[in-house]
Amino acid sequence: MEIIEQVKEKFKSKIKSVFFHNEKRVYLEIDKEDLIDVVKFIFHDLDARFITASGIDNLKDMEILYHFSLDSDGIVISLRVFIDRDNPCIESITSIVKGALNIEREMYELLGIKFLNHPGLKRFLTDEFPEGFYPLRKDSPGRAEQ
Amino acid sequence: MKKVIVPIGPYHSLFEEPEYFALYCDGERVVDIEWMAGYNHRGIEKLSESKHWDQVTFLIERICGICSTSHPIAYCNAVEDLAKIEIPERAKYIRSIVGELERLHSHLLWVGLAGHFLGYNTVFMWAWKYREPILDIMEMVTGNRNHYAMMKIGGVRRDIENEDIDIIKKILDELKGKLEMLTGAVLDDPVLAARLKGVGVLTKQDIKDYGAVGPVARASGVDIDVRRDNPHAAYNLVEWKVITCQDGDVFSKAVVRLLECFESIKIIEQSLVRLKKIKGDIAIEVRYIPSGEGIGRYEAPRGECYHYVRSDGTSRPVRHKIRAPSYVNIPTFKASCIGETIADVTIILAGIDPCYCCTERAITVYDADTRKKLFDGKDLMKLSQEKTRKIKKQLGFKEK
Amino acid sequence: MAIDLKTKALKKSLFVFHLSTGSCNNCDIEILDCLTPRFDIERFGMVLVGSVKHADVLLVTGIGTIKNAERIKKLYEQMPKPGFVVAIGACACTGGIFKEGYQMAGPIDKIIPVDVYIPGCPPKPEAMIAGIVKLLEKIK
Ligand code: SF4
Repeated sequence: MEIIEQVKEKFKSKIKSVFFHNEKRVYLEIDKEDLIDVVKFIFHDLDARFITASGIDNLKDMEILYHFSLDSDGIVISLRVFIDRDNPCIESITSIVKGALNIEREMYELLGIKFLNHPGLKRFLTDEFPEGFYPLRKDSPGRAEQ
Repeated sequence: MKKVIVPIGPYHSLFEEPEYFALYCDGERVVDIEWMAGYNHRGIEKLSESKHWDQVTFLIERICGICSTSHPIAYCNAVEDLAKIEIPERAKYIRSIVGELERLHSHLLWVGLAGHFLGYNTVFMWAWKYREPILDIMEMVTGNRNHYAMMKIGGVRRDIENEDIDIIKKILDELKGKLEMLTGAVLDDPVLAARLKGVGVLTKQDIKDYGAVGPVARASGVDIDVRRDNPHAAYNLVEWKVITCQDGDVFSKAVVRLLECFESIKIIEQSLVRLKKIKGDIAIEVRYIPSGEGIGRYEAPRGECYHYVRSDGTSRPVRHKIRAPSYVNIPTFKASCIGETIADVTIILAGIDPCYCCTERAITVYDADTRKKLFDGKDLMKLSQEKTRKIKKQLGFKEK
Repeated sequence: MAIDLKTKALKKSLFVFHLSTGSCNNCDIEILDCLTPRFDIERFGMVLVGSVKHADVLLVTGIGTIKNAERIKKLYEQMPKPGFVVAIGACACTGGIFKEGYQMAGPIDKIIPVDVYIPGCPPKPEAMIAGIVKLLEKIK
């Protein structure tokens, strides 16, 4: 896995942990402050394709995974970022990856994560939800009260 | 010239991606495009958290009716990745066969609809007629024309009998001849070429920016295919190749899809031959899903399906993230539609194959200032069909 | 149902409009399938029309999401009366597998009155044709 070595080489202590699920699936944990730099490196220098991002509510904190695919090797790199649950906000990566526009809007809507410097962070899927109802949060009921 | 907003939609159906497009037009030209979704959003990701691991396969099958085996394969891949399960060889071949049959019917469906949008209803009727035998195979093998319920964590649910194999082979042989005819007719047609070549071009850079996948990416010369890059099922055990085109216009997308049909037939034929020889189970028993996370991918007819699951050792997923291929393909409209005429937008939108089922969507054109109705859905379709007629005339075809 | 001239005339050639309200696409494809050579409902005089204002019958598929509910009502109002509504698929009839979802406003009969239910996931084209025939009988 030279590629992961490259990432480690470049960012050193910024990569908080590396977890190989198997040789094709790698999870890297980083701080949210370093996100933009790492994404830039993976997207531009390693020429990875942005697949998607997925937000998860862990009840004690929130977690976002950014999935990138290195198509020629069939490797999927997932960047793991933890953010505060009470004030969930993180820098948007849309300035680097145009394709992240909609997924960030979706996470904003379903999980209530705020993306800073996102052009047009407005509701995407539904406009009828009451304020503060985030269906994908673990403590939210299955349905909005109507 | 006043700027006019042309709303397209909202009726369209796919998992999270029914579409509502607002085209901002200056005269005939489209200057900007905006996408709104959520009309068909059914909250599958949340529902999935309330279902048993095994039940989820039935739920996600109902994400999309056309890719109704791609999502389950991707999901099973994800869970098998999580639990480090290796499926039996026979199951691998059956997975490939069902997956490729689905690709065949999906691509034929697209060719038909694209023909319909251009006012070529003959192509529509042909393609859909040739699609029926594939659905017959599906009904014979799986018990249902769509929604096959074939995939299961650890293997497949139903076996393909040896007697069925001969029937499938016969149907496929017949289909091959017809497909060749259809491909020739579509690709040699001067009208279609005039209508599709150079329309809605996506460059390699666009593909990278938006992360587009599948035939859309391959038509622009980006050589990606999860079946080859991340082998699963029986794709690394049979001979086939990835089709790419360089131009990136709608015509290349049609070429890629039509040629892929032949590759699919190749895969199915080889798998069927092997299937006759391989004995053994079609599934292994999976009792317990350990905690952890898994990623599964599958090349659906429209591109890469991506599933991420997380388990905490209980009987239900903690999180199940689904990324359907159209989710990344649809935003490429921003790159391909701008600067084109309204009449071409219909086919560019169709060219991406965003799970297009609603051929008759509620389309209304409003004047941005007065909100007065200008065209409705029918007129837009007419506009597109008229353009084809005009080209036909220029090329010296006689109107019937 | 009172038989007046309008209903009688309507029976001869049904114009159907297809409305998808949060479905998985499959029911919709099977509806289109009815048009193609194998099933060919046009021989019964049925035509799929592009605008609800020309339609006699609404074919509704899908669960009716919250975002769609208003629009379904509006389209129903725009349909010339007498008109009929057919709910196609398990989703439209009961909510099916999506019943517990947070986006569910349906099933369809909670939103607009439904005349005929065609269950199945998806119903086969034959079932749909049978359903429409039942509708015709009901009009009689
Ligand atoms: S009834 Fe079944 S096939 Fe029809 S839309 Fe619902 S899930 Fe899809």
